[in-house]
Amino acid sequence: MTKQEIIESVYAKVGGFSKKEAQDIVEAIFETMKETLANGRKLKLSGFGNFVVRDKGKRPGLNPRTKEKIVLDARRVVRFRPSPVLKAMINGEKAPDSDE
Amino acid sequence: MAKAMTKSKLVETIAERTNITKSRAEEVVNTIFDTMADAMSRGEGIEIRGFGSFTIRSYEGYTGRNPKTNTPVEVKPKKLPFFKVGKDLKDLVASKAHIPLPEDDDDDDDDKSDDNDGGDDEL
Repeated sequence: MTKQEIIESVYAKVGGFSKKEAQDIVEAIFETMKETLANGRKLKLSGFGNFVVRDKGKRPGLNPRTKEKIVLDARRVVRFRPSPVLKAMINGEKAPDSDE
Repeated sequence: MAKAMTKSKLVETIAERTNITKSRAEEVVNTIFDTMADAMSRGEGIEIRGFGSFTIRSYEGYTGRNPKTNTPVEVKPKKLPFFKVGKDLKDLVASKAHIPLPEDDDDDDDDKSDDNDGGDDEL
């Protein structure tokens, strides 16, 4: 599934927008999500999951191919933790009573 | 700044930003995440260029052990969504890595551990 298909789904399911409007709104939503995470803020989408930004310190590692010791740099990463509802859906199970 | 962005705050932000009513913005936000969840429940991956992609990973069942009681526990096979950050978002987040992260404003346990995600946060 691509962003274009998400835009089409919004256009088809939420009446009253032109395709262009549906596109602009979907783009604005992903832009806002990006800005939120860029600022290090947590993004909590109940029923879907949470995106969180974490700092990882530098740490020793191995080059998996050569087994050579290397230092993995400190970095800031984005993680996604699916909600119990989403996990249940993906596994074809009944959604748990409460989300989060 | 430090407050988490929730779905309802996202709805408010979008309503202001795109000049539509909150209820319309809410319909769009819900439709987007419902559409994505439906795709994933069909086993379909999702790619949102610039933001990131979701893939479904299958994990086999195994016999685990409760570390306290030492009782064997059957862990069933399961599928989990895996998110890989897109280049745009990754670069954007990295570009602000020198600014300290805001304090968490809630007591969720959703970010305390890295134990449940296969470990490889970067492919």
